[in-house]
Amino acid sequence: MSNEDAATNREAVNPEAVNPPDGGADAVVLTGAEIVCECLLHEGVDIVFGYPGGAILPTYDALTRYPQLHHVLTRHEQGASHMADGYARATGKVGVAMATSGPGATNLVTGIATAMMDSSPIVCITGQVPTGAIGSDAFQETDVTGITLPITKHNYLVTSIDELPEVMREAFHIARTGRPGPVLVDIPKDVQIQEAEFVYPTEPIQLAGYSPPKTARARQVAAALELIRDSERPIILAGHGISMAGANEELAQLAEKAQIPIALTLLGKGAISEQHPLCLGMMGMHGGAEVNHAIQQADLLIALGMRFDDRVTGNLATYARDSRKIHVDIDPSEINKNVTVDVGIVGDLGEVLRQLLDRVERRPNEAWFDRIAEWRADSELREIVRPAEAPQHPAVPEGKLLGAQVIRDLFEFTAGGAITVTDVGQHQMWEAQYYQHERPHSLITSGGLGTMGFGLPAAIGAKMSRPDQEVWAIVGDGGFQMTMMELATAVQERVNVHIAIINNGFLGMVRQWQEFFYEERYNQTPMVNPDFCKLAEAYGIPTVRVTERGQIEEAVNASRAQTAGPTLIDFVVEKEEIVFPMVPAGADLDDMIRRPTPAEFERQQRERAAAAEIPEAATTPEPEGTEPEAPAAAAALGSRFGV
Amino acid sequence: MAKHILAALVENRPGVLARVANLFRRRSFNIDSLSVGRTQRDEMSRMTIVMESDSAEADRLVKNLYKLVDVVHVDHLHSQPSVVREMALVKVRATSDNRREVIQLCDIFRARIIDVSAESLVVEITGEEEKLENFTELVRPFGIVEMVRTGMIALGRGGHTLKDEGFKPNRSRAAARSNVL
Repeated sequence: MSNEDAATNREAVNPEAVNPPDGGADAVVLTGAEIVCECLLHEGVDIVFGYPGGAILPTYDALTRYPQLHHVLTRHEQGASHMADGYARATGKVGVAMATSGPGATNLVTGIATAMMDSSPIVCITGQVPTGAIGSDAFQETDVTGITLPITKHNYLVTSIDELPEVMREAFHIARTGRPGPVLVDIPKDVQIQEAEFVYPTEPIQLAGYSPPKTARARQVAAALELIRDSERPIILAGHGISMAGANEELAQLAEKAQIPIALTLLGKGAISEQHPLCLGMMGMHGGAEVNHAIQQADLLIALGMRFDDRVTGNLATYARDSRKIHVDIDPSEINKNVTVDVGIVGDLGEVLRQLLDRVERRPNEAWFDRIAEWRADSELREIVRPAEAPQHPAVPEGKLLGAQVIRDLFEFTAGGAITVTDVGQHQMWEAQYYQHERPHSLITSGGLGTMGFGLPAAIGAKMSRPDQEVWAIVGDGGFQMTMMELATAVQERVNVHIAIINNGFLGMVRQWQEFFYEERYNQTPMVNPDFCKLAEAYGIPTVRVTERGQIEEAVNASRAQTAGPTLIDFVVEKEEIVFPMVPAGADLDDMIRRPTPAEFERQQRERAAAAEIPEAATTPEPEGTEPEAPAAAAALGSRFGV
Repeated sequence: MAKHILAALVENRPGVLARVANLFRRRSFNIDSLSVGRTQRDEMSRMTIVMESDSAEADRLVKNLYKLVDVVHVDHLHSQPSVVREMALVKVRATSDNRREVIQLCDIFRARIIDVSAESLVVEITGEEEKLENFTELVRPFGIVEMVRTGMIALGRGGHTLKDEGFKPNRSRAAARSNVL
């Protein structure tokens, strides 16, 4: 996160705190629970997402004396950790989740792992059984610091009230600095009840084993500049790190100054406006074909704040084989982890990019841009989402609503200005393909962990941290049902989040894999769903169902007209739509399954029709007892979008 | 593939060993030995980690150790002059018939006999790994009843010292410190 955001976090300290930072050092005697609240105020926290229970009750009681800390009662602790995550991602501020011991703490786990994978700064505060009972398998005891060891940036079990202020301060410091991440603080009930003199520590935090890197070494910067100067087909791979470091402006300047095209990771969306002429769009498994071709044909990769996830590299053995590679990341352990690079630079992206900008030279890349334009023209031929008045791709079935169209229209009718929060699956990839983001922190999605159920609670958290922004939760019917109990939270808190369910009655992405790789055995992917509109009505949420493209605009406008409380649109879309292009897991990045061009599609249709006639014309008699292959199968195949 | 010896200075806090051990498991590092003990300063412990790997893997372990907040400093000891020792206690079957032979072997290896019974001897032997292995091979025919090795410990020679500056224990936390184990 940027220094600016860190400053905002600190400046937001509530003046009513018992020990204002500028006030006298008169110590007051407080309980551990009150100290927790004081520390939250000092960190600039305004909202806590949580769920009470036995071991955290003293802190919930103390919260009644701190009305400046608004507590949001979720319907499940997983919702609390996702809301804290959404809150954090929308602003860069640290999100806070609170839960009791045992099941309360374990229910946070999925949200913590999600935040860890996507480097999101959250602090989770859990109650624990009293210190004397730890290790005795007491009621609602669980070793949550043990459980979250591999999925937190750091965690604490507070064993004495004396260390509580320092631990709280360190927890926020560690969560928000360097490569951000989740920190958990586990506080036994007796520590919450004990009393101690409270003086907020003012000396700078000193952690001997923790000092996030800042600037790059001059020698590495020089080496990177040399590679850039010698390149003919360079490409920048921009990740989540750009927006977290607040280095968006520097990224644009570098690309413009050296004339280098930019490919985005999923979480990199928003690093630069997708309307920018140098921005190619998303790379990877469902990235643009032209982007993946450009990466494979590049002679220089400049990877900035991204980590070469397997979903963006495909087969590592053949990944960008002919390119030199520069990798800038704040986390040293990411350098040479998946992809061996020529120049690895550890540092804060803003600082490093400014170091590069000082000396980078303008260089012409016309031939390179021409090649990319050719690949893009081919992609455009295959495009399925077109303006209603334009000639349609023949694969689009008449009168069917496509998920991809819904997202593109949502982009149009929200003027591309919303914060979108997605769940995980096909709708998430369509969002990435068809909703073009201009600003940082405007797409919130679970990229690394791929957590179904993330969308709705994260959207609630995002809206609560950015009440001035329009927030859309774009979810599938599968993931929505994993955390849909948080509708009640949205209603109780009157959170104005617009929910768009892309409802195909299938676990669509899994179904797509079954179609491609498991011979269309759709095991456990069709879903019998509730009537989502009636469900919304039960919560008193305004709702509408959309089944045709022509209804989208009115439905979206009606949702946007609601400015208090949640709204819900049930988009009933084509059941067996496919996300194209697709790089099968482990395949080479440019070995993509593509949607056919109109000409290819029509040829395939003719071939299928011809193939379907062969069984009738065949002279060989069928063995008795077997049915001739039904031509319907081929026809059904043909109704699909190309494959 | 080569043997890599890493020394890590860590804060002497509860749970540090679990964090390091968890890292080995989580990132699939294959560790030959790990030994932990106190140092000249109460607030820190020192770990010696030995792994058989290529140097990229060893680098990866160093970087990941640094990601742990409680790990203050890590050094690659094989890349600098250092002294390496390991101790073993070996209970060798030895009766009045062959005890003399075993004692002779111990003398050659400068190993000490620290317990004698009618059926066996307990031998304490210190040295580099190879010496310990040679010794155990030679006494194996007599019968090794049980044995234990400490794992390697190592220090850089002369001026090659692990940095511990910047290591200021937190005031209020000092009371809560306990052994790393």
